[in-house]
Amino acid sequence: MDLFEYQAKELFALYGVPVPKDKVADTADEAREIASAFAAEGMSKVVVKAQVKTGGRGKAGGVKLADGADDAYAKARDIIGMDIKGHTVHRVLIAEATDIKAEYYLSYLLDRASRTFLAICSVEGGVEIEEVAHTNPEAIARVPIDPLAGVDHAKALEIVRAGRIPPEAEEGAALLAERLWAVFTDEDATLTEVNPVVLTPDGKVLALDGKVTLDDNAAFRQDHERFADIAAADPLEARAKEKHLNYVKLDGEVGIIGNGAGLVMSTLDVVAYAGEDLGGKKPANFLDIGGGASAEVMANGLEIVLSDPAVKSVFVNVFGGITACDAVANGIVSAVGLLGEQGKPVDRPIVVRLDGNKATEGRQILRDAALPVVEQVDTMDGAARRAAELAASGAKGA
Amino acid sequence: MTVAIFLTAESRILIQGITGSEGRKHGARMLAAGATVVGGTNPRKAGQTIELNGSSVPVFGTVAETMAATGADVSVIFVPETGTKAAVMEAIDAEIPLAAVITEGIPVHDTAEFWAHACAKGNKTRIIGPNCPGIASPGKSNAGIIPADITPEGRIGLVSKSGTLTYQMMYELRDIGFSTAVGIGGDPIIGTTHIDCLQAFQDDPETSAIVMIGEIGGDAEERAAAFIEKNVTKPVVGYVAGFTAPEGKTMGHAGAIISGSSGTAQAKKEALEKAGVRVGKTPSETAALAREAIRNL
Repeated sequence: MDLFEYQAKELFALYGVPVPKDKVADTADEAREIASAFAAEGMSKVVVKAQVKTGGRGKAGGVKLADGADDAYAKARDIIGMDIKGHTVHRVLIAEATDIKAEYYLSYLLDRASRTFLAICSVEGGVEIEEVAHTNPEAIARVPIDPLAGVDHAKALEIVRAGRIPPEAEEGAALLAERLWAVFTDEDATLTEVNPVVLTPDGKVLALDGKVTLDDNAAFRQDHERFADIAAADPLEARAKEKHLNYVKLDGEVGIIGNGAGLVMSTLDVVAYAGEDLGGKKPANFLDIGGGASAEVMANGLEIVLSDPAVKSVFVNVFGGITACDAVANGIVSAVGLLGEQGKPVDRPIVVRLDGNKATEGRQILRDAALPVVEQVDTMDGAARRAAELAASGAKGA
Repeated sequence: MTVAIFLTAESRILIQGITGSEGRKHGARMLAAGATVVGGTNPRKAGQTIELNGSSVPVFGTVAETMAATGADVSVIFVPETGTKAAVMEAIDAEIPLAAVITEGIPVHDTAEFWAHACAKGNKTRIIGPNCPGIASPGKSNAGIIPADITPEGRIGLVSKSGTLTYQMMYELRDIGFSTAVGIGGDPIIGTTHIDCLQAFQDDPETSAIVMIGEIGGDAEERAAAFIEKNVTKPVVGYVAGFTAPEGKTMGHAGAIISGSSGTAQAKKEALEKAGVRVGKTPSETAALAREAIRNL
């Protein structure tokens, strides 16, 4: 899960990573109140920052300096509702304006290739680090971190010195690096990035921005749900999550249900290929029902997939490894019945391909049930083609 | 003589988490597949035995004890995600030669820690996974959850990030059969990589051709392509899943995500083709390419 800047900074503050004083606002009125309170404490200049999970918001006009409460109100009014690379701004962060003497870069991230963590540090901050990597690669230090040893003060000093951060900022930057590591490990993050780290004229080192990605697999030991962006979630994805279904909404017409992440991804591709010469029919979603092919899981899955009005046909693609196809077939039959009883009868065709464990029995169960909405095809490619065809003819009819 | 890779007919398997529902279910399946399952661990049930597929399998307190008593040289780990790190650490400390970590949903910090520990201990333990179906050498042994009855033994070596795609490919090529199939898992950090398997298949006299299955995320396929170009003389056929996956969305596997322009299926396909690997558009087309490669030998 990616966090907003204000959430990242909440975490930073919790772990003692120095950040400017700030507060988040949902409306321009709130922005005025916050700026007015800041002014009362002697901070009349504030920065109004759009909260979006994408880069380049400064260039897009999503970050503005404001002088006083009325100006903060005006700037917040301009920024809230803005569209930045397809992300609508719902919130702004009001932060005390910081005098900047120099800007640096620091991050911890997961390095897949070397199977460990990496600190990246550079004396050149405030610009895209990819750009620095391109124009001035020597200015970037990549320091591997032993996950078992972590980052103590000595390691933190090694990182900031490798990044050529000047002596006047060294101690402050090392302290920041040490505490940022605590955020990274204790919060089960896969990325903690500060760009820029700033040095102020009076010698302080602060995190002026923050980007954090948290590991969803750590949910069992972390309270990451408090950061969930419920407003932005696709409503179908949110409903699927409630039912513990692994569903991703896409923009096509063929609903997909399968078992196993790899096979489902492959199913999306095969449907897209089949749909190419049928007017560009594409997969409508990713849905991995895993090993659980019970009637309930299948009913929940079908219900979610069919709730998408763009779906014109559904492709159920199962290879029974551990999963037994007779259970899947029974699940489909019961699910169609269940949805009918719930007043949501299945009104679009379902193409089913069963192979592997107990496929013969599963196919027989579907033949015996003779459901008008279910059609069986023996191969994955053939079934994908049929599902795309049905989506194409259904689209024409509609 | 080398037979298959990593896992042979002589392999003696222990199961960490043998008394849990997954451990029991798959322990019984492994035994039914002809694998030699010699014991398992659960510190709270040490000294007891467990009935699996008609055999009485002893339960020990630790991996080291199980190895000492039974000569086990492979561990299959089903311990739930809250305790997986400790279980893998224990297997590494016991210096068991091979550990297949089946458990899914492990925080990547835990995987990074047990991988660092394995490295610090001199990599005496080959780790497969986590979040993987394990390894099967059809007709010889089976360590994990890959169904044993899909395919007979044969001359194809398979390495795959995905479980069900592994099964699908084994099914498509059941007429030829497999020397070994390794499911390496789709997490961001994994123990055994595509490259490790490619090297082992290259060295294995029973493997004539290699099928490699990748998916979006990271650059493991690109690195494997570079390795193939330099080191693999046997024919390699590839498949990559996730051409239609959108950027920034995790597709089931924790590691299956396109970030910015990196990790795309197209880039992986191009890298593999540049290295001389024929890449199928669909699993069945990939199987057809593999069949052709075997025919042309």
